[in-house]
Amino acid sequence: MNTEDTQTGSGGAHWPLWEIFVRSARGLSHVHAGSLHAPDADMALRNARDLYTRRNEGVSLWVVPASAIIASDPDAKGEFFESPQGKDYRHATYYTKSEGVKHL
Amino acid sequence: MATQDSDHHAVANADGDETAAAGQAYFDKIIAADSRIEPPDWMPDGYRKTLIRQISQHAHSEVIGMQPEGNWIGRAPSLKRKAILMAKVQDEAGHGLYLYSAAETLGIPRDVLNDQLIAGKARYSSIFNYPARSWADMGAIGWLVDGAAICNQVPLCRASFGPYGRAMVRVCKEESFHQRQGFEILLELANGTPAQKQMAQDAVDGLYAPALMMFGPPDSDSAHSSQSMAWNIKRFSNDELRQRFVGMIVEQVKVLGLTLPDDDIRFNEETGKWEYGELDWDEFNEVLAGRGPCNAQRLTRRREAHENGAWVREAATAYAAEKAKREQVA
Ligand SMILES: [Fe+2]
Ligand SMILES: [Fe+2]
Repeated sequence: MNTEDTQTGSGGAHWPLWEIFVRSARGLSHVHAGSLHAPDADMALRNARDLYTRRNEGVSLWVVPASAIIASDPDAKGEFFESPQGKDYRHATYYTKSEGVKHL
Repeated sequence: MATQDSDHHAVANADGDETAAAGQAYFDKIIAADSRIEPPDWMPDGYRKTLIRQISQHAHSEVIGMQPEGNWIGRAPSLKRKAILMAKVQDEAGHGLYLYSAAETLGIPRDVLNDQLIAGKARYSSIFNYPARSWADMGAIGWLVDGAAICNQVPLCRASFGPYGRAMVRVCKEESFHQRQGFEILLELANGTPAQKQMAQDAVDGLYAPALMMFGPPDSDSAHSSQSMAWNIKRFSNDELRQRFVGMIVEQVKVLGLTLPDDDIRFNEETGKWEYGELDWDEFNEVLAGRGPCNAQRLTRRREAHENGAWVREAATAYAAEKAKREQVA
């Protein structure tokens, strides 16, 4: 169910929802900060600047239409993510015999 | 069942009892592990309803809370104080938006929440139905009202519903400036002329009890408390938070050189808790029921602001549509 399609309220504003991602400093990834409604991408960017970066929290912003995000199926947590399970050997901590060897 | 499950695509659970039983088991496991529930997860109806009620009331409080202070922006005593007050009021608008955004992840559209507020069907914190009569009230609001809010909100950063907790982290970071600027307003007045000091004392006298009531009714009368604690939404009871707050301000007021209008404040060595005088809960219930000094005015202003903003929303929509059309042609 897409909540955008169920909006009925006042104001006549039927603006799409945008997800906001903020890069807090050079060298770091953009991180999801929240969302907002805006009529188009430009206004979403301006609103995002005012809402999520009032204190220099960001050096770059991404706004993404919420409807454009494709996510994994929440009901299939188990199957979808199970393949790494039982594959401890993909982690360095699996190899204990070398413990104490320097720079390894 | 939905395959899209970004925060804002609430998932319908129509797959019957089996899904509900499995969902409940998974939900219980997450809560028992003190982990976080995210929007696409199955959750009990009561949990969803409780959160929608609490988060939207919280959002409405931030939005209505702009009014008592907005009222003083044009009368701030200096340009510096004016800039500070504007920044604070802007923050409160931001807090409202963070929280509406969190509420929406539960499947309730923002327009519906807005309609509930301007129709007078939604609740918001009773504190904002008291008038802000003097500049000193700007100080007492920052110190006591934002202070009580912080006390309430810090534990909510660990609320079991992910988007709510994350919104609260953001809010709490910004609130500490609110409390400090209020404290400084009082400190300056308290060290000013006798008349200024009196004005500061009057503001503290007036806002002390309403601020204490912000924590909600006593535990013995709190309808939703225990279930919310079991769901890890609330971490401490109303009375626990209230007595903790009293313990903080009883020390802070000494720095101001002012007093709290309550002779019964004392630390109980046996319980390890702060005690305070009886609060007037009849007044609290009256204000909550819409019969406080400013209820009608606050809602009228909110409604006017929404109606007066209609042309801006329409213009923005028209601009976006026109631009999209031209881009298509080009
Ligand atoms: Fe706030
Ligand atoms: Fe605040």
